[in-house]
Amino acid sequence: MSLDPVEDRPGGALLPPAFAGWFRARGWAPHAHQLAMLRAAAEGRHALLIVPTGGGKTLAGFLPSLVELGERPRPGLHTLYISPLKALAVDIHRNLELPIAEMRLPVKAESRTGDTPAAKRKRQVSNPPHMLMTTPESLALMIASPDARTLFGGLACIVIDELHALTDNKRGELLALALARLARLAPAARRVGLSATVAWPEALHAYLSPEADPHDARVERITGGERLPAQVDILESRVHLPWSGHYALHAVPEVYERLKGIGTAIVFVNTRAQAELVFQELWRLNEEGLAIALHHGSLSREQRRKVEAAMAAGKLRAVVATSSLDLGVDWAAVDLVVQIGAPKGASRLTQRIGRSNHRFDEPSRALLVPSSRFEVMECLAARDAVSQGTLDGDPPGPGRLDVLAQHLLGMACAGGFTAEEMFAEVRRAAPYAALPREDFDDVLTYVATGGYALRAYEKYRRLKQDAEGRWTVADGRVSRQYRMNVGTIVEAPMLTVRLGRRALGQVEEMFVQGMVRGDTFFFAGQLLTFQRIRENTLEVTSGGRGEARVPIYGGSRFPFTTHVAQRVRDMLQRPESWDRLPDQVRDWLRLQRLRSVLPDADGLLVETFPRGGKVYMVAYGFAGYNAHQTLGMLLTRRMERAGLDPIGFLANDYAIVVWGLKPPRRIAALFDEDMLGDDLEAWMDESTMLRRTFRNVAIIAGLIERRHPGLEKTGRQVTFSADLIYDVLREHEPNHVLLRATRQDAARGLTDIGRLGELLRRVKGKITHRRLDRASPLAVPILIQIGKEQVLGGGAMDSLLGEAEAAIVREAVPELAPPERAEEPADGQVGLPL
Amino acid sequence: MSPSAAIARMMRPDSPAMDQSHPFTFAGAELVADRSGALWWPGEGTLVVADLHLEKGSRYAATGQLIPPYDSGSSLARLARLIERYAPERVVCLGDSFHDSEADRRLPTIYRDALAALIEGREWIWVCGNHDPHPPAGLGGRPVAQMEIGRATLRHEAASRLRPEVSGHYHPKASIRVRNRRVTGRCFVYDERRLVLPAFGAYTGGLSVTAPALRRLFGEDGQVLMIGARRMFAFPLRRVG
Repeated sequence: MSLDPVEDRPGGALLPPAFAGWFRARGWAPHAHQLAMLRAAAEGRHALLIVPTGGGKTLAGFLPSLVELGERPRPGLHTLYISPLKALAVDIHRNLELPIAEMRLPVKAESRTGDTPAAKRKRQVSNPPHMLMTTPESLALMIASPDARTLFGGLACIVIDELHALTDNKRGELLALALARLARLAPAARRVGLSATVAWPEALHAYLSPEADPHDARVERITGGERLPAQVDILESRVHLPWSGHYALHAVPEVYERLKGIGTAIVFVNTRAQAELVFQELWRLNEEGLAIALHHGSLSREQRRKVEAAMAAGKLRAVVATSSLDLGVDWAAVDLVVQIGAPKGASRLTQRIGRSNHRFDEPSRALLVPSSRFEVMECLAARDAVSQGTLDGDPPGPGRLDVLAQHLLGMACAGGFTAEEMFAEVRRAAPYAALPREDFDDVLTYVATGGYALRAYEKYRRLKQDAEGRWTVADGRVSRQYRMNVGTIVEAPMLTVRLGRRALGQVEEMFVQGMVRGDTFFFAGQLLTFQRIRENTLEVTSGGRGEARVPIYGGSRFPFTTHVAQRVRDMLQRPESWDRLPDQVRDWLRLQRLRSVLPDADGLLVETFPRGGKVYMVAYGFAGYNAHQTLGMLLTRRMERAGLDPIGFLANDYAIVVWGLKPPRRIAALFDEDMLGDDLEAWMDESTMLRRTFRNVAIIAGLIERRHPGLEKTGRQVTFSADLIYDVLREHEPNHVLLRATRQDAARGLTDIGRLGELLRRVKGKITHRRLDRASPLAVPILIQIGKEQVLGGGAMDSLLGEAEAAIVREAVPELAPPERAEEPADGQVGLPL
Repeated sequence: MSPSAAIARMMRPDSPAMDQSHPFTFAGAELVADRSGALWWPGEGTLVVADLHLEKGSRYAATGQLIPPYDSGSSLARLARLIERYAPERVVCLGDSFHDSEADRRLPTIYRDALAALIEGREWIWVCGNHDPHPPAGLGGRPVAQMEIGRATLRHEAASRLRPEVSGHYHPKASIRVRNRRVTGRCFVYDERRLVLPAFGAYTGGLSVTAPALRRLFGEDGQVLMIGARRMFAFPLRRVG
């Protein structure tokens, strides 16, 4: 929290003397938006508070409840506080217990998460605190209990913190459904949403409205906490700017120089692997021994708490962090935010910048460190967007059916429902406001019996229906299964990394497959040597030699927003704006204009050129990695059919390259929108992305159980391969509700079909094809990526196996081996200097 | 045939390996590893499949995991296609054909009828497995503990190297690293005395050929035939991880 110095402000009437005195004693005065929150509470209205990161919003959320309880003490649960962060306990003391203690308020506040002991959880129901801090998952469990009505019946206020982080994801959808249930248990309870500034405030408005109405007049929208414009610099590196890659290690020495001259900094990176590498590199250079720490989501909680505490105590000069520090406690003392690699979106950059300097009279300061030439333009574009106060990101889509399935099972555990009343209740949750009845019925049938056309499971049904039509769970085992599997976060199978007795954190099981004793890797900021795997533990020793690897985690790629992409395209199109670019980038673009042509702001530039006996085709779509990846799959399929013999393709945020043996013809037809028809259907069905998505859907919807370390060992749990189930279900019941949910989910996420469709529609009739005799300057970055990573077309599995087999044949019987078709890594420095 | 000769043979463009199946020699007999995971023994007119695990899905449904009830249907449909293709005189199911002792009673009528149609008109052997020590009697077919075909013994679980042996039980799968990626698939694994078939059932997971329980069954010259998306691939056992 951060508060202005004492000033004369209206609102004394809203703030009781004890509170006014408390503010005065600390040399503070309440923010206007904090008083507005009190006013909304006094009028009994719901409130949506939208302030920039660091605007003191948590206290603003609590203040009305503290005032009310201070004036009119009462027993029972008064305020429920929900945060997406598990680390609530840390914040509570600062934000809540301090004012409670200092004003001697008759208020008891407690937290409840997955770690709360059973005895305490029980007591919290029989003798509840006035204020309970919890997470969406723990709330789901509480409302699924038959005690829910007793506990929540007298609830007066529901505070949802970091609301912006809960829209458009499954956790937020689960919470929206829980709020709809709370509205029935406690119709009088006010809703309070606390959010950073977002591009879609009306979506938050609808989320808070008990009728899911984006214009609900009962929801008061309060803004405030305006800050001075941030001062954002872009590092103009003195050294050679890499063509490609996203680690920006070339710039770490210059970043280190900046850190030396600054109090405290947060160095944000985009992935955990990048965090490990940048941290290593900073320490390699750290001759002055600056206190630099590391923070990311795979480190043990203990490790992260330590770093956070050291940060709060002002003991650190810098912390290298991923999005693990995007939310949470505000530290007033951060002087500089460094963003390594392009921020990928204006809203994300705004929020990250807001993590620095909460002194109201000074601007936040940030330094952007582009890792490649394209990223220089991207950083400039994001900075422009931020300075103009533009926010971006996609509006939330409709609520997902796997989350609904989990919720329906929970509500059956809570004591049951009729389909009619439940459908009405669900539609009052904003993400499900437009849910078709048919989908609801399919989900309900799925929850009850699996929803298969072959009605083989009648006797194993999970839900039963009584004479009045109420659905309840069939037996206690179903409730237990629900409780074990609640939540929407599905992690890949993980191993705990243990150094001696100390748990350092977790790595994905995939990472260690194929590692042998003596292999080294970087984790938790140290060089470790693989010793052995014992059950769910990876035992390591410190140090080691040889080439160290870095764990890569799935799904850690940030989406490249349409808005920033548009700005980059505009920049390319207007050479008069290039003055702002560093020489290396400007020269590169000039060469591109000379040798080929610049991509225009609206159409699509496609270049083809021969290289090493093959023909390359590069298309500059600027539609982001996921959409380009899908485009690559569909293009190669179509080219295969046209007899163009594509060999492989590769995508990044800016472009896609396809290479093959024959020059592609009729380029415009290749990029026709109709590829989103049958080809898409056919590809999606066999795509590994769909399989990954199905696994998550199947776990969230309760089709297969989560892995619970320990239980597997004792035989109490057998996990099922989601892949096998996917294949069988696809073959026999392609329209099953979970397959529909999977396709919808993938379309929004990993395959980004929506954005690909927009791209293809936009460029129709506006494709510029350049036939070149060699690679264009703009094509160089993506060509360099080939060889470093390579994604092959449809039969990727066979292509890879064939390659491995051919290698062995060459070795064993060279005279029979087919001629080697080298997939040359192209010119330039490639890969990591490890 | 030596492993390298087997590879060489497979790489010839006219080889059926480019199609669906992979011919190889074991126990002095010419055999065909089918991409479905079945073994076709042309000289004996015998089709061998291991570990069908029929009605595994409904077994899990009974514990509350309502996974799709189509696993038996899926396995039997694939088996029917094989029978149509090879027209075997004899079909040997190498044990664990039924996931548990109640499995045949849970088998939906349509699948029971489909199975009966397959059994009809040919010799059908149910080798007993640990999941089905007493294969159901009412379905037709003959239960045996093990049987001899040609120079080989067919049984559920590998037991002896005295004679060439064909078995299932382990559900072998293999991984190969290429381009920093790992490709995993079901596989046949064999050496000169022993052949273990992959599981045929739709819901059967796998055990890595590098797991000690499986690895110790084979000598240094072990070979792996991996099932790819459209064809089969041969690798020396020591090269897979």
